[in-house]
Amino acid sequence: MLNKIWFAMIAIGMVVAAVNGRMEEVSVAILQSTEESVRIVIKLIGPMSLWLGLMKLAEEAGIVQGLARLFKPLAKVLFPKIPVDHPALGSIMMNLSANLLGLGNSATPLGIKAMHQLQSLNKNSETASDAMCTFLVINTSGLTLIPTTILALRVGAGSSNPTEIVGTTLFATACSTIAGIIANKLLIKVGSLQI
Amino acid sequence: MIELINLMSEWAIPVVIFFILSISFYKGIKVYDVFVEGAVEGIATGIKIIPYLLAMLVAIGVFRSSGALDLILDLVAIPLQRIGIPKQVIPLSLIRPLSGTGALGFVTDLINQHGPDSFIGRLASTMQGSTETTFYVVTVYFGAIKIKNTRHAIVAGLVADLVGFIAAVFICQLVFG
Repeated sequence: MLNKIWFAMIAIGMVVAAVNGRMEEVSVAILQSTEESVRIVIKLIGPMSLWLGLMKLAEEAGIVQGLARLFKPLAKVLFPKIPVDHPALGSIMMNLSANLLGLGNSATPLGIKAMHQLQSLNKNSETASDAMCTFLVINTSGLTLIPTTILALRVGAGSSNPTEIVGTTLFATACSTIAGIIANKLLIKVGSLQI
Repeated sequence: MIELINLMSEWAIPVVIFFILSISFYKGIKVYDVFVEGAVEGIATGIKIIPYLLAMLVAIGVFRSSGALDLILDLVAIPLQRIGIPKQVIPLSLIRPLSGTGALGFVTDLINQHGPDSFIGRLASTMQGSTETTFYVVTVYFGAIKIKNTRHAIVAGLVADLVGFIAAVFICQLVFG
């Protein structure tokens, strides 16, 4: 999938640029994107090191496993194939909590940690497991209680009521997450029928 | 309400750190040594993600700067307007899954143009806050563990985005319309 999407975006982009005469913009964008990718990762390494250090402590102290047990009722529905006391569920719960609180910089490293733990249960390490797809969709759908970035933006723009969008955002993100989970479950079924 | 939210955001990380450290210390774990041992993995994980992210950002950069995104926008604009999505936010629906910074820039422009308390300002805020940058999440999460076959994850992510946008328009028209 990614091979096709990647090639299509670049090939279509280049053909369109040739027709539009926008090759200069495209070559600037290519170089800027490469710099941007390193800048994003540099920014990510700090919080990631912090959370990986804390998660290591939390694992050794048994906190992650404890969180995993708390998460059990929901985990049974969302991640039926993962053993109920597996540390991956603890990391997933930490990631979801960070997302709900709007702590994006912390949610990403916790999510990566969870992916690593899900990978240890994966039969084919190059193919995403059902649990990985479910977890990914929950993250792409942006489940959050507090949309921190947009609240800061609205405060900065002088809104008279910056938090009035919290309710509407919660509704939209809940719809998005539920739709993503349902789509994911249906696509897993369709996929297993083909095999 | 903004004070309460700020308070929660300010307290969350320090409280979690204090909680983890205290329990670990109480259990006799060498907290500093174990923390550093875990933290060192952050650097390797970050470096491993770079090529995946670079590849994805270059493709998105080419696609946007060439005008290809605008062409698709012209194609979908009329049907989307038919179902009641205001034309000012239609570009956002295409940029949001591709580029987090691009979408944030676009929302900032909309808010500055129309005002944060206008209908467009509120709708754009809701749209920006309610979904994540799908391609970034896929690239980083799957890149970190070297997944090559993403199966249906991208399709499911985009379905979630689409439903999120339609839900945002629906609820904003209901609440603010």
